[in-house]
Amino acid sequence: MIARLPGARQRPATATLLPHQKGSTMSAPTAAIRAGARSRTPGASRASRRNSWRGAGYALPNAMFVIGLFVLPLLLVLQMSASKWPLLSGNQGWNFPTNYTKAFTHRLFADSVVFTLKYTMLATVLLILIGLGLGLLVQESSRWKGFLRTSILLPSALGLASASLLFYVLYSPIAGPFAETMQQFGFSFLGTPTMALLSTTFLIVWRYAGFYMLLMLVGLQGIPTDVFEAARTDGASVWQTFRHITLPLLKPTLALTTVMCVTGSLLAFEQFYILTKGGPDNSTITVVQLIYSVAFQGQNDLGVAGALSVIALVALVVINAVQLRAFAKDKDE
Amino acid sequence: MTTLTARPAAPSRRPSPLLRGVVRTPYYVLTGGLAILFLFPLVWTTVASVSPRAGTAQSEGYGFANYITLANYQAGIWTYVYNSTFVSLLTVVLTLLISGLGGYAFARFTFPGKDILFMVTLAILMVPYATLLIPLYVLLTRVGLQNSLVGVALVLTMFQLPFSIFMMRVSFESVPKELDEAALVDGCSTFAVLWRVLVPAVKPGLITVGLFAFLAAWNDFMAPLILINDSNRMTLPLAIANLRVQVQGIVDYGATEAGVVILALPCCILFLLLQRHYVRGFMSGALKG
Repeated sequence: MIARLPGARQRPATATLLPHQKGSTMSAPTAAIRAGARSRTPGASRASRRNSWRGAGYALPNAMFVIGLFVLPLLLVLQMSASKWPLLSGNQGWNFPTNYTKAFTHRLFADSVVFTLKYTMLATVLLILIGLGLGLLVQESSRWKGFLRTSILLPSALGLASASLLFYVLYSPIAGPFAETMQQFGFSFLGTPTMALLSTTFLIVWRYAGFYMLLMLVGLQGIPTDVFEAARTDGASVWQTFRHITLPLLKPTLALTTVMCVTGSLLAFEQFYILTKGGPDNSTITVVQLIYSVAFQGQNDLGVAGALSVIALVALVVINAVQLRAFAKDKDE
Repeated sequence: MTTLTARPAAPSRRPSPLLRGVVRTPYYVLTGGLAILFLFPLVWTTVASVSPRAGTAQSEGYGFANYITLANYQAGIWTYVYNSTFVSLLTVVLTLLISGLGGYAFARFTFPGKDILFMVTLAILMVPYATLLIPLYVLLTRVGLQNSLVGVALVLTMFQLPFSIFMMRVSFESVPKELDEAALVDGCSTFAVLWRVLVPAVKPGLITVGLFAFLAAWNDFMAPLILINDSNRMTLPLAIANLRVQVQGIVDYGATEAGVVILALPCCILFLLLQRHYVRGFMSGALKG
């Protein structure tokens, strides 16, 4: 024991880690700038012009897909949201702002917004905490931890629809593994609004925990080891190291994962569509589900669905901008 | 933080074997429990799909009766497997082509509109799926690609572009420029450079992009749900989901389990084979932030 003094195994301080890291994250923009500067050097203008046509040619398929399947639909949804547009008979002319009024006053609009926000908050808090916890747990590599990582990550290879169908059976009061227990104690996984929300969130945590664990792991590995060594020689406890070193240095990762998780959760659809079908009593209808049902189930009103889509898009952009700003401000302080 | 230095020296990091055992046991119990928690749903479903249960095709003994029910479901399970395979492979091929060429363009050339195109491609991530699918339904109807598997593949390819273009741009940029410049001096055309010199160098990036495109297309639910109305053209996830509501409100859980296994199997196999590439895909996603 005495032979293994804490300092004996200490690795040499790796000051080179920091600049290297900076270089790798900045590679994309700097390379682009370098390429731009090179093409402007005099003498090579004819060659570079020919080159620029080649480059545009290679990017053409990408441009066609982006314009035809992204920009055009985006413009069309704006038009739809301001037009009378039944599913079957098509465009019947402008009617702005009728669709927006109908969207805001839809009997399920407020409920779906509140439910989506509630679900987003729950899923984000749980996934970030669990992802971080798992990331810390499997941090160093060993055979056992490799196995752990693989098992936790495996569900994320499944589709959300497959995972939802899987849990549909697991939660079943007839066929699930807990069927007998459920009958004995008289509870059900999807029977009440609260249970339905919690059960669906559990499915989401199961499906996505590995994904967030991996993102946290990448962030944790980006922290230079000499910072931890310094804290250790200063006699910081595990909790102090985590609170004052790991967490602040992990902030960019936490910002990224939070934005991703909030975006994903706000757009939840499959899990509720398959697992709860919006029930019980329309208590688990999300905004995207509302859009789908207005467009294709019963009402068949693409105009109102378009208005709801535009509202969802604007809300998402605003929410993401607010989050990014909050994180950026936090960073400055 | 003065308390940081005022604390007594940290306890030795290498306690005795006995103490380590005491500390380690709860760790293994906790992590072992976690592994079971994450694997249990998959293992249970696989076992249950071949186990006996009243009310399913497999009412006695162990066997594959649930899979036979599934095989004879509506147009036959093979139709849906074929549809899903077709959509997935077409999406993979298109994604590889577009992001391979596009990544090369973004990494090695300057051309008008380059930065705008890159930004707009990444902006696809910011727009809700449903916001695009409803106008896409109208647009594809106009060009005769609604209710078509090709239309679904085109839409799924578009949704793969932000990740794939970003990934391939970074992959091409990490290849030293001297490599293709030498080939250009030797008189190769830019396409020959791309095909003979650069494609082998960015192969890992292409595998990652292809893997993600396959998983996304094979598993996608919402695009075929909105774009396909012909039951013969449904993809596998849609067909399995419909299985539950078909028979007069009675759910065939056995066939659903078998369907989930068929859906999950290719994904799990690909994941286990290509785990390294899968993990790398996430890493590049994290670098974006």
